[in-house]
Amino acid sequence: MKLKSTLENYLFILPAVAIFSIFYIYPFYATFNLGLRSWDGVSAVSQFVGLRNFKEIIFQSRFWWPSIGHAAYITLIALTLQNALALALAMACDRQIKLGNFYRLIFFIPPVLSEVVVGLVWKWIYNGDYGLLNHWLTNLGLAHLARAWLSDPQTALTCVAIIHSWKGFGWGFIILLAGLQTIPRQLYEASRVDGANGWQRFWHVTIPLMIPVFVLVSILTILGSMQAFVLVLTMTGGSPALGTSVPVSRILHSMRGSLRFGYACAQGIIFGLTLVVISVIQIRISKKMKQA
Amino acid sequence: MSKARLFSLLIVSLIMGVIGCTRAPKAKTDVVIWHWMTDRKKAFNELAKKYEDQTGLRVEFKLFAPSDIYSQKVRAATQAGTLPDIFGILGEKRDFAIFIKAGHVLNLKAAMRAKDSQWKNKFFSKALIVNEFKRGNEFDVPSGIYGVPIDVSNIQMLYNKDLFKKAGLDPEKPPQTFEEFLAAAAKLKTAGIQGLVSGWAEVWMIDCLASNFAFNIMGEKKVMNTFRGEVPYTDPDWIRVFSLFKEMADNGVLAGGIISMNNKDAEQNFANQRYAFTFNGSWCVNVYQGMNPNLNYGVMFVPRVSERHPMLIWGGAGSSFMVNANSENKDKAVAFLKWLTDTEQQAYLAQATNNLPANKLSVANISPILSQFAESMENTTHPNIWSAHEKSPVVEAYTVGIQQIILGTRTPEQVAREVQEVKIREMAKD
Repeated sequence: MKLKSTLENYLFILPAVAIFSIFYIYPFYATFNLGLRSWDGVSAVSQFVGLRNFKEIIFQSRFWWPSIGHAAYITLIALTLQNALALALAMACDRQIKLGNFYRLIFFIPPVLSEVVVGLVWKWIYNGDYGLLNHWLTNLGLAHLARAWLSDPQTALTCVAIIHSWKGFGWGFIILLAGLQTIPRQLYEASRVDGANGWQRFWHVTIPLMIPVFVLVSILTILGSMQAFVLVLTMTGGSPALGTSVPVSRILHSMRGSLRFGYACAQGIIFGLTLVVISVIQIRISKKMKQA
Repeated sequence: MSKARLFSLLIVSLIMGVIGCTRAPKAKTDVVIWHWMTDRKKAFNELAKKYEDQTGLRVEFKLFAPSDIYSQKVRAATQAGTLPDIFGILGEKRDFAIFIKAGHVLNLKAAMRAKDSQWKNKFFSKALIVNEFKRGNEFDVPSGIYGVPIDVSNIQMLYNKDLFKKAGLDPEKPPQTFEEFLAAAAKLKTAGIQGLVSGWAEVWMIDCLASNFAFNIMGEKKVMNTFRGEVPYTDPDWIRVFSLFKEMADNGVLAGGIISMNNKDAEQNFANQRYAFTFNGSWCVNVYQGMNPNLNYGVMFVPRVSERHPMLIWGGAGSSFMVNANSENKDKAVAFLKWLTDTEQQAYLAQATNNLPANKLSVANISPILSQFAESMENTTHPNIWSAHEKSPVVEAYTVGIQQIILGTRTPEQVAREVQEVKIREMAKD
């Protein structure tokens, strides 16, 4: 009877295990296996090369680590600018303000827009010859600031990072707003009675209770920003001189431009592991902060 | 009603439903072709209709664009075993060889040579040679002809005649040497006209112009010897090649943002008369026709830097079709490609799409601007016919290096050293 019950239980989880194995475990195994091989993507056979692809990426590639650096820069801007904006707007909407729902709707428009459309529109706005930004700057008497924003290595990556933050802040806004609304109002009232000012209420009530939400938003921001690709592709294509290339664009280049599928898989694994390490470090730091 | 009856009724309803939802059978297609040429979609469909009227055989052209999506689809189809009867391979000769060695491409040598090479002789020799693998080739592909060119193209410079006139330059005398080119650009600049625009975010275009200069400065043999690793990139001739881009940048010849501009944007800029020069392929005739039918422009050969060796430009087969070696319809596919490359069909394609025909007998009917492109076919070369090929990490290193020279973040000497380092590392893998 017990055996039958156990078998029944296994039978129930079998579909989930099968789906997980087919769509997660096998692709991961296949990717890792290909990472150890040299394969052009067409031939029936591939050559086992051991860890050569990994060694080449880690120690010899000229463009891989800079691309990680570019993604990290985009992530840094997103973690600070994007999340600060999201928190400020979420706090504003958490109060009883007029047209609160309207603002919520407006702030959530950028995330639901197509990344391709956003990228192309901003590419046009940033255009050095006929872009709106230079037009406005000229009209404001700031013509000396006008430039080819996406072609200048000094500005291209920052321009992409700002648009990435603008496009993504709505997600953080919604999550942070939901978090703020779970904080009992009595805590604020009690602290007010105790004589706490606005800043003290924010620092001693809001921040500690929002730490789990900050962790969630930060992890989502890091994972989303490190994997930024579509905006980069549509706005700059990785130029100038690979100055805005990101890891995903390098992986794609290895597959499409160089026909090095094994190498691309190894890049994917290294990139995935990098993200896992970053996420684990962040969770640990957050736990310590929470305990403190 | 009993449960059994209810169940039977349900099953019958389901079957009827499935039958009812099944699509009506389509007319049988004899040959399926996958292509990426958006601009030729209408013309291809017209030709397919004409072929069906003439032979009763149904040919279906399926468009998958843009070209990089098309390439991915073809590669995926090789793994899934779903390649169509006719397809194209976009990429370098190395990619082409991979497809052949994997058994996906039919050798057309016998068909081309049948009846005293009747089919073969219709083509420009430069068009056919890119689809040919000679005995003892570096890729170990059995000798043969593995593709059918449907048009030819070459990549040259173009100049805006109206802007030339405006700057006081003779619109019928474009610059022929690099010095003349810089001088003309300076004169245009004085008249407030910008110089050269091109899609140099697409690194293959930089590779193309750099190799034009390299052939002219050091000759084909030395370029091939560099690819074989016998000549370093730190050689003065290579540094001279890289320096030319610095000279163009320093003299303000290049469009602002040229290295982050894709070719489509560059074409739009040239068509809108914002720049006096562009570097583009013969396919641009059709593009400019669509963007600005009144554009008054001419073709000029890439300006010579040296008199030591001939200037060679990239050219040859523009687009080619390959026959799936595993297709059940390969004979029908070959017959259709023979028909498609016949003089009449080629003339129609040239007129309808403004591309240079691969069939040399069809050239009589092309537009004057295309004729200018056609005149330079004898001075073309193509990576697919070179005796040696550079590895992609090295090509990437020097094309990105040239972009950095244009930006002013690297000197030609620095780029030469960095490219050579990559070259040494790549050679160590062999």
